[in-house]
Amino acid sequence: MPRKLVRPFILLSVFAGLCGLFSFGCPQDQRKTVKVMGSTSIQPFAEELGREFEAKHPGRKAQVEGGGSTAGIQALADGLADIGMCSRRLKEDEADRFTPVLIARDGLAIIVHPSNPVDDLSVEQLRGLFSGSITNWKDVGGNDAPVRIVSREEGSGTREAFMNLVMGKTRVARRAMVQASNGAIAAMVRSDPSAIGYMSLGQIGNDLKTVRVNHEAPTAESVLAGRYKLARPFLFVTSGKPGPDAQAFIDFVLSAEGQEILESEGLIRVK
Amino acid sequence: MKQDKLIKAILMAVALSAIGGLGLITLFIFKEGLPIILQIGVADFFCSTDWSPGEQRFGILSMIVGSVAVTLGAMAIGVVFSLGLAIVLTQFCPPKVAGVLKPLIELLAGIPSVVYGFIGMVTIIPLIREYVGGPGFSVLAASIVLGIMVLPTVTSISIDALNAVPRSFWEGSVALGATRWQTTHMLLLKAARSGILAAIILGMGRAIGETMAVIMVTGNSLEIPRAITDPVRTLTSNIALEMNYATGQHRKALFATGVTLFIIIMALNTLAMAVSRRRVAGGGNR
Repeated sequence: MPRKLVRPFILLSVFAGLCGLFSFGCPQDQRKTVKVMGSTSIQPFAEELGREFEAKHPGRKAQVEGGGSTAGIQALADGLADIGMCSRRLKEDEADRFTPVLIARDGLAIIVHPSNPVDDLSVEQLRGLFSGSITNWKDVGGNDAPVRIVSREEGSGTREAFMNLVMGKTRVARRAMVQASNGAIAAMVRSDPSAIGYMSLGQIGNDLKTVRVNHEAPTAESVLAGRYKLARPFLFVTSGKPGPDAQAFIDFVLSAEGQEILESEGLIRVK
Repeated sequence: MKQDKLIKAILMAVALSAIGGLGLITLFIFKEGLPIILQIGVADFFCSTDWSPGEQRFGILSMIVGSVAVTLGAMAIGVVFSLGLAIVLTQFCPPKVAGVLKPLIELLAGIPSVVYGFIGMVTIIPLIREYVGGPGFSVLAASIVLGIMVLPTVTSISIDALNAVPRSFWEGSVALGATRWQTTHMLLLKAARSGILAAIILGMGRAIGETMAVIMVTGNSLEIPRAITDPVRTLTSNIALEMNYATGQHRKALFATGVTLFIIIMALNTLAMAVSRRRVAGGGNR
């Protein structure tokens, strides 16, 4: 070895040795991991549940990732996740292959700027607003201002739920603005006096105004009683019978404690 | 000597792996994206404005128009400021001041794009909504944000181009009685023309490829904009917005969007190289 290279070589080996020592010194994570992946609407709740689950069951770990309802089911099919989170009903081909467990219900809230005087809309009016056939707020009893629609991107569970519950076969107007998360939708509507959007009821802050739909305010009670029509299921989906780790997490979520967490976070309990 | 050879081989391997990476990326994008373009039909894919992946309809014309509109807007704003800056910094400002200003402008390139997008969202958009009209999220907002983002690229390459004009040109012109400004716009700008053009084209490449900042300020609607205050969706934001959820044909169609973007950017870069190689005769800088 040339003389000049000797010193760097020694330094490098010492460095490598130290690295090895450190990684050896740290205990490997021995906990049994359940991988949960899917809907960004369910993700924050699943993360909260995961923390409590880990606190209660040392030796177990819940790893929660987003990606979207469809991506979650895809990950399940590919074996990359143990549980898929899905914020819409399963499609027919999905229902044939996977088993859903209802963990909670969520309302779909219609949100407008706090200064917007409109506070009650029918499903037909909503369809008109979002399809672009109603273009001015005064046609639904509001100010003389153009309607600016904010929607979710193609493939989002929230969008699909909205399409099923409100739009039916009608399409959302092409001039609708599109954002890729509940948070971004909220930010857009909060800043624009003529905007209207939809988002998960569980994630609404108090600086947004929700609209009554067919005279029903979106609350946990009205969703549970079935009076508020824009509600969707939050599902944990497994491929066949879940393994013991996944089953432990599902059991926790369905337990009184898990359901209470979901309720305190704004969702509607199912047990 | 042996060591030399070793180092040379290592460096060569590093250089080749970079090029190899580019080759693999190209191959992958085209492999994923090209079949679906052919399946949909070139005309239907590029000339239809109907993008509804849920119904298996993939037309990207509105996104192409969106990207072009936003890029042209950004260049209209960016080029005026960049060229102005380049001229001031090379011709009209004491070298000491220029020495401070130039690194500051280059610092702009180091700010992450999500920060530009956020600033645009909380400051520019309310201003546009209030004083210009429309929802604020618009071609105009993106043009302003991107105009600022391309400043460092276009300014520093333009400065290099202006500095590369031989000193004797300037001396000759001033000796003939021309003022500084006359010298600048009648002589220097013409002599440095190809370099400045290359700077502008490279700036365009940056503008058209920008994603995060654009998603945050354009509103991402699917309609072709009729005014600069209308929202718009670009090719890049289409990919980033929908990639998370896309499966099957939809995913492939997003790769096809990537193919389109790839071709546009390759064309721009090739153009930039061709232009900067064609120097004005006697320009002196090789």
